[in-house]
Amino acid sequence: MPIPYNRCKDVTVLSLTPHGPEGREHGLWLLELENPGLAKARPGQFAMLRPASWGFDPLWARPLSICRALPDRLVFNFLVAGRGTSALTRLSPGDKVTLWGPLGHGFAVEPGVRTLMLAGGIGIAPFVEYAAVHPTPGQLSLLFGHRPPLSCYPYEDLARTVGAESFQDRSAEDIPRFVELLEKRMAEHAGGLALACGPTPFLRSVKAAAEKYGVRCQISLENRMACGVGACLGCVAETPAGERVQTCTRGPVFWSNEITL
Amino acid sequence: MDLRVALAGLSLKNPVMTASGTFGYGQEFTPYGDLRTLGGIVVKGLSLKPRAGNPMPRVAETPSGMLNAIGLQNCGVETFLKDKLPFLPWRETPILANLYACDPDEFAELASVLAAEEGVAGLEVNISCPNVKEGGVLFGQDPAQAARVTEAVKKRAGNKPVIVKLSPNVADIVAIAKAVEAAGADIISLINTLTGMAVDVRTRKPRLANVVGGLSGPAIKPVALRCVWQVSRAVTVPVIGMGGIASAMDVLEFILAGAHAVQVGTANFIRPDFSFRLVEQLPGVAREMGVTDLESFRGSLKTA
Ligand SMILES: Cc1cc2nc3c(=O)[nH]c(=O)nc-3n(C[C@H](O)[C@H](O)[C@H](O)COP(=O)(O)OP(=O)(O)OC[C@H]3O[C@@H](n4cnc5c(N)ncnc54)[C@H](O)[C@@H]3O)c2cc1C
Ligand SMILES: Cc1cc2nc3c(=O)[nH]c(=O)nc-3n(C[C@H](O)[C@H](O)[C@H](O)COP(=O)(O)O)c2cc1C
Ligand code: FES
Repeated sequence: MPIPYNRCKDVTVLSLTPHGPEGREHGLWLLELENPGLAKARPGQFAMLRPASWGFDPLWARPLSICRALPDRLVFNFLVAGRGTSALTRLSPGDKVTLWGPLGHGFAVEPGVRTLMLAGGIGIAPFVEYAAVHPTPGQLSLLFGHRPPLSCYPYEDLARTVGAESFQDRSAEDIPRFVELLEKRMAEHAGGLALACGPTPFLRSVKAAAEKYGVRCQISLENRMACGVGACLGCVAETPAGERVQTCTRGPVFWSNEITL
Repeated sequence: MDLRVALAGLSLKNPVMTASGTFGYGQEFTPYGDLRTLGGIVVKGLSLKPRAGNPMPRVAETPSGMLNAIGLQNCGVETFLKDKLPFLPWRETPILANLYACDPDEFAELASVLAAEEGVAGLEVNISCPNVKEGGVLFGQDPAQAARVTEAVKKRAGNKPVIVKLSPNVADIVAIAKAVEAAGADIISLINTLTGMAVDVRTRKPRLANVVGGLSGPAIKPVALRCVWQVSRAVTVPVIGMGGIASAMDVLEFILAGAHAVQVGTANFIRPDFSFRLVEQLPGVAREMGVTDLESFRGSLKTA
């Protein structure tokens, strides 16, 4: 049987819109692309996206979590962080984007196990697919920490399926209060499974809390990636034994005790 | 159109090879294309013992290029031969090992281990890595040192062709090329990365933990072409050109400047099927440019 060499595709942009009424102001966007046959994406996996219009600048594709893999389209939610993501906001329907994926290992799915999803900001993206495909969504709960208004994120869809609570950071003083809440939820979650995605300082708090309360925990790392396929060795994370492993292929989801942050 | 290239005992189906450090151990790219269609595959630089490489961050983007300071992280030659080489289609496509060591003796030892392997078609000696403190680019910056390493590897390479990979970070690349040719190099490949740096004004820190790194990608193509042109006219051994190749037209430019074959590096990150597509596109573009055979086209640049 011939091997299907179909993992790098030039797909069409279906739509691009700011997420909610205040999305543009806060740099939060919803991008829908034609699905080139990624129906089997597992939640927590990602794709590399590179608009055809980029020429050689930016050079690298940008990794984005697959927020929904529907038969007719792929949905991404992204935050404008720098020149690559701001260039993504200039896409129009009909434009071509080179895409490869699904990449990496997604989050563990353990039917019947109480699962706590911990999302920081745009780290909520992979949990949309997670909740949508989980066989026992009744076991899922979500704690979501964010700064821009809730309407900028795909929160409502999630809150309808799972037990969800959100916490808005309005000032620096709110951060320790959020960490306190996170610890509380983690403490209540002994024996369950915790999954986290968000900025590194947030993941550090999650990892520390998981260790403190003995909760099995997975975290998704967002290291800078050039290739996404394990070749450039630019995205490595370090294991407690000092080994350097590729985040794109060995992750982006790791058990929290497998890596140092 | 016949794209075959004879290169110091190696027969390539076409002149497009992949550059060391940008194509992993080959297997990473199997979902994106048929490895057997490539002219050759140069694997990630190997050392005798595994290396962990440099701390993070070790890559940064720059206009039309990238900086890397990977520091030759690799699995070591033993693991390569046991776990990586068997997956590669070495009967159909030449697999070249890229060697890194800290002194000529170690280079020789590494060469003898690899030369004994049926699946390894040739040895590319990296005397030009800017990212490691010991050895690294230093061997490549001094003609006498470059010659010593070449000689040491050549002695232990059996009948496998020895490719010496040169650094552009020198005042006179021709002098180095002549020195390694005299010391027994069968092929010269060039260029490795240019030393560069990027800083972040917001954090007031360098963008690489190592502060400096190697610049690659389209940004370095003019330097690479210049080096290929200068060196290919000055030596009699064949030259493999690389540096910023990102289209079939670029491949033709390097051949016109004197290269027998080319290696594609950073472009493999632009999209993982890049090299496979390049192989497909090359005959059409060559035809369009009126190139009927590579042999007579090579080095036919009109400079007068
Ligand atoms: C597996 C994975 C999944 C991701 N999923 C999403 C997602 O669903 N939605 C989303 O908005 N973002 C996601 N990201 C982050 C996103 O890839 C980066 O924000 C983006 O690459 C930044 O590119 P830029 O050109 O806009 O920024 P640059 O101009 O390159 O950098 C601007 C700033 O962003 C920081 N940055 C650069 N690269 C990354 C990175 N990979 N991760 C985090 N910060 C970075 C830089 O340090 C710098 O401060 C994901 C990252 C990974 C690795
Ligand atoms: C991430 C990265 C890793 C590299 N690792 C090696 C290596 O291990 N050995 C080597 O000889 N060259 C290495 N190189 C250099 C490339 O093989 C090539 O010489 C250089 O990138 C120029 O070509 P390009 O502009 O097409 O990338 C590396 C380059 C990059 C970008
Ligand atoms: S992004 Fe290249 S190895 Fe992970």
